[in-house]
Amino acid sequence: MRSEASRPLKVSAAAGLLFLHLPLALIILYAFTTEEKSFQFPPPGLTTKWFATAWFERPDIWPPLYLSLKVALISTLLAIVLGTCAAAALSRAKFYGRNSLSLLFILPIALPGIITGMALRSAFDIMTIPFSTWTLILGHTTFCMVVVYNNVLARFRRTSGSMIEASMDLGADGFQTFRHVVLPQIASALLAGGMLAFALSFDEVIVTTFTAGQQTTLPIWIYGELRHPTQRPITNVVAIFVMIVTLFPILFAYYFTREGEHTGGGGK
Amino acid sequence: MMGSSLSDTFYRKPGLLTGLLLLPPIFWLVVVYLGSLAALLLQSFYALDDFSGLVVRELTLATYAHLFDQTNREIIIRTVLMASAVTLACAVIAFPIAYYAARFARGKLKALFYLAIMMPLWSSYLVKIYAWKLILAKEGIITWLATGLNAQWMIDALLRMPGIGGSSLSFSYIGTFLVFVYIWLPYMILPLQSALERVPKNLIEASADLGATPRQSFRTVVFPLALPGLIAGSIFTFSLTLGDYIVPQIVGNSRLMIGQAVYTFQGTSGDIPLAAAFTVVAMLIMGIYLTVAKRMGAFDAL
Repeated sequence: MRSEASRPLKVSAAAGLLFLHLPLALIILYAFTTEEKSFQFPPPGLTTKWFATAWFERPDIWPPLYLSLKVALISTLLAIVLGTCAAAALSRAKFYGRNSLSLLFILPIALPGIITGMALRSAFDIMTIPFSTWTLILGHTTFCMVVVYNNVLARFRRTSGSMIEASMDLGADGFQTFRHVVLPQIASALLAGGMLAFALSFDEVIVTTFTAGQQTTLPIWIYGELRHPTQRPITNVVAIFVMIVTLFPILFAYYFTREGEHTGGGGK
Repeated sequence: MMGSSLSDTFYRKPGLLTGLLLLPPIFWLVVVYLGSLAALLLQSFYALDDFSGLVVRELTLATYAHLFDQTNREIIIRTVLMASAVTLACAVIAFPIAYYAARFARGKLKALFYLAIMMPLWSSYLVKIYAWKLILAKEGIITWLATGLNAQWMIDALLRMPGIGGSSLSFSYIGTFLVFVYIWLPYMILPLQSALERVPKNLIEASADLGATPRQSFRTVVFPLALPGLIAGSIFTFSLTLGDYIVPQIVGNSRLMIGQAVYTFQGTSGDIPLAAAFTVVAMLIMGIYLTVAKRMGAFDAL
């Protein structure tokens, strides 16, 4: 059956893709509307002033932005170390309990965020741990680790262990082997995993609301604006910013891992 | 030569290296993650004292008994119905996209399809919900379209439907449903597409050679082979809908879903035990779903 796709199939596939993309286009359009009190369509007029307003006249945006960047950065670094260790150990060794262990490693992303969030909230309450930036990082690292783990594991599976053996046989010590053989092999997967983890953390809201207390990250700020809008186009400007910040890591990750392995979507 | 003797030791005893590598991530997951899950379970066996409004830290089943109150029972049923409806709709919309991408798209078009599915998947969750707030608003694009097409009466008729209707699209279950379908759709497309890509071409050719119409080939060859992918996708759409509280909070009415109940009880009402019990219910429902899915072979497609 080398036939072309039937017309109804083409039409419904195209309609489905449109359904996926049109809403995001509207976000961009509404950042330029002159109407700030409602979501009137079509916009009564177009303006670029909201970008300047967001930058200069809304100091309430900056602290949440800094907090989100800080949490995402620290969580990503921790996740890279923890996720790579886990992937390195599980890719090679065979030992008792290996399968249950690999299930444990993907659990934080396989279960809905509300379970991770509420579990952490329960633990903080029992141990009377006050909310702080570190409680946020604790939650974020837990799911960011899984993303790094998935990416690096896929890479380890494709590389052969004989290179490491050769390097050791030729007299390199463990550190030299890691530096000159292992690291170059996994570097791009590490980068891709790290970027996806960063994007995930920067945008996360469900686990965040359970571990934040009174702190405001950028997604919590947006969530607040969605429930009690003040200047609506400003929210769109921030939304565009968030889209760009999360889009670049995804494109980079796609670029770095496109040969053979598609792990980018391994559950969000 | 401290370093080299250390690496020699690791080389001779690879188990030692594996153990050392595993130590930090296991420590993290066991202490932080499993520890928290244990705390969650423990909290669900505490109860709130009705008079003082404080949590009494003694083991009791009172909180679980609360789950059977009519309002709480309705919350659970409503959430499961919503998750099922969203899963079904995602399957219907995802199938043609996945089928086209797997069977007909080649080369550049294939890469384009991949990015077109991945980009909405990874773009900001809140931004996607916000987009639907714009679309469903009374003064928004849907009303504008409906007025242009003289179809406002259709929307009004939809909104008058008992149970799922409401004062406007963004305050009704129809709205909540639409947003859920939109944000979880890519999670259905991806596993479905990879299952469809594994359907051997020669099977379809053989089916056609033996006289099956395209419709028959689809129903008896392609669909059964794609079913594990469909079920794998449904795990995502079902579980994500089950645990979400942001979507119904922003687009929906005042009748809660499980996620909202968890969020409200742990927050404003300070009833952490009841919030924990609701979370345990969500975990149990997912447990049942995963058991059924496993039996139908969904994990082979992940």
